[in-house]
Amino acid sequence: MLGSCGYSRRIRPNFLSLRRCDATDLGNDGSGANMRTGNDLELVHLTKRYGDTVAVRDINHVFAPASYVCLLGPSGCGKSSTLRMIAGHESVSEGSILLDKSDISAMPPARRGTAMMFQNYALFPHLNVRDNVAFSLRMKGVDREARHKRANELLALVHMTQFADRLPAQLSGGQQQRVALARALITEPKVLLLDEPLSALDPFLRIQMRAELKRLQRELGIIFIHVTHGQDEALALADEVVVMNNAVIEQAGPPREVWGAPKTEFVARFMGGHNVISFNGGKVAVRADEVRLAETGVPAVLTSVEYQGATVAVSARTEAGEEIFAILPEDAYFKSPKSPGEGVTLAWDEGRMHRLLA
Amino acid sequence: MSEGVSEAVAPKAAWRPGNDLTGWLQAAPLTLILLAFLLAPIAMIVVVSFWGATEFSIYPDFQFDNYAFLFGSEVTYRVFLATFKYAFITWAFTLAIGFTVAYFLAFHIRSQPIQIALFLVCTIPFWTSNIIRMISWIPFLGRNGIANQTLIDWGLIDQPLEWLLYSDFSVILAFVHLYTLFMVVPIFNTMVRIDRALLEAARDNGASGLQTLVHVILPLTKPGIMIGTIFVVTLVMGDFITVRFMSGSQRANVGRLISNDIGLLQYPSAAATAVVLLLTVLIVIGILLRFVNIRKEL
Repeated sequence: MLGSCGYSRRIRPNFLSLRRCDATDLGNDGSGANMRTGNDLELVHLTKRYGDTVAVRDINHVFAPASYVCLLGPSGCGKSSTLRMIAGHESVSEGSILLDKSDISAMPPARRGTAMMFQNYALFPHLNVRDNVAFSLRMKGVDREARHKRANELLALVHMTQFADRLPAQLSGGQQQRVALARALITEPKVLLLDEPLSALDPFLRIQMRAELKRLQRELGIIFIHVTHGQDEALALADEVVVMNNAVIEQAGPPREVWGAPKTEFVARFMGGHNVISFNGGKVAVRADEVRLAETGVPAVLTSVEYQGATVAVSARTEAGEEIFAILPEDAYFKSPKSPGEGVTLAWDEGRMHRLLA
Repeated sequence: MSEGVSEAVAPKAAWRPGNDLTGWLQAAPLTLILLAFLLAPIAMIVVVSFWGATEFSIYPDFQFDNYAFLFGSEVTYRVFLATFKYAFITWAFTLAIGFTVAYFLAFHIRSQPIQIALFLVCTIPFWTSNIIRMISWIPFLGRNGIANQTLIDWGLIDQPLEWLLYSDFSVILAFVHLYTLFMVVPIFNTMVRIDRALLEAARDNGASGLQTLVHVILPLTKPGIMIGTIFVVTLVMGDFITVRFMSGSQRANVGRLISNDIGLLQYPSAAATAVVLLLTVLIVIGILLRFVNIRKEL
């Protein structure tokens, strides 16, 4: 039961008690995928075609119960199509989607046990906040009093109680997002799908909402699948990061694993903070913060210097023509500052080179 | 909507001498046109409505005879009632047809070129004059017209249907034919602006197709419906030629009352009727606008 989870909350939506509390802990180490217990979501040979173009190519993946998963990738990589197929707003060309072992890929969106939060929130502009949240209950024919009571509970969960009578146009972006969250959660989904939920917010609010999303996911203990193209967002939020490119999954795993040990050149470049260098006929990744300016090493010409506060980001071009970035501690750099055009020598530990598979 | 916000936020421009004058000059052309072609004629009609008339002359005066006669006559009430009846029935049909057509164009046609093409097809009847479109119904609906002949050939009726032409039926048929597009355009215009994500959100929340229509599309289309309603109601209430042609001069509405007065050179009486009609239409629109805010559509 909930109480044993140790989360304090003012309200307890009924459906929360159905979830297994310990599932919350499973997702964090990424091993949940092997356990196959509780409400897990599995994609089997999932494919989406638009005419001749393939948006999603034969992907297989298991989303661990109660995990926060970020689908990460550049635009057009298939992450949104994947999300929309799970939601039921896009038909599945081939393959299936299993939630709790049953195939939901042919069901209408509302019967799947999923709920979607849309990119621009898609709040009904003619309904006030409470009626927006209560919309799905109204469609089910729940009477006014009961649905308002339930909507108020959800609004309390997202701290929007005092705005219940406002219209969406009278709310800020962050507030609209909370309402959209409440509207999605009132359907008691097993999986919440978020389509670039933070992209419409300003940077400050984005960080605040990101903490909020994480808190809600922990409290509810359901799967959140969050589509984003921001790797910092994915690293900050996710229990599992799924990097997609060209309609396939390039790499999936806990954020530290994906960032620290990228499998491919694409992942290394996309996740950022890495240099991809040719070495012994292959490619290796070297973290930018592992690169030093030293007496011996690879000669290069400094091309730019950016002061970033605690660190200084410099980039230099080697004789082979490769661009190498280094993130240097501020004090180390300013002991002997260099300016662009000067020759430098770059060094890193051989042991920190990480071989890439592709 | 957003203009209002930005105006409120933007700092007031520093006052310079001549600012006011420039503003007035910029507004002058439109003001003059409105004064000359809208307000002056209306003022003239109001003035003339108080004049007096004999069988052969009219003379400037300030008396209420015209209004007294108008409100004292039982015919006036009957004709106004008939006018409202035409307006209401035409409104109901144009709304039903217009909404359906607009819905089809906006939500069922995916490709924009086809959408635009079909939209233009709707306007084809407007390439010819109102009168011709109206008159072309006559050979179709007449006693020996195509409609009656076909029905007799099919054996559905033995006698030609008398009510097809020169009846309320034919008047309303012509009105609906003439004015449905005025309903389609504003409704379509509002519908295409509905964010498609809202329909997906409704589906995500378990709304059926009908529920989405009733709870999402219809409320969001209200301003378009209201603009179409204003078009249709004002056009039908002000019409006289359709009623005359399609009823074979056997039916009357307020427009025909005015046109008859003018035919008899009873300008003051016609003016008084026109003033009453104008006020009636303004009141109807005033009531309509209480229900729906159309400002964001303009």
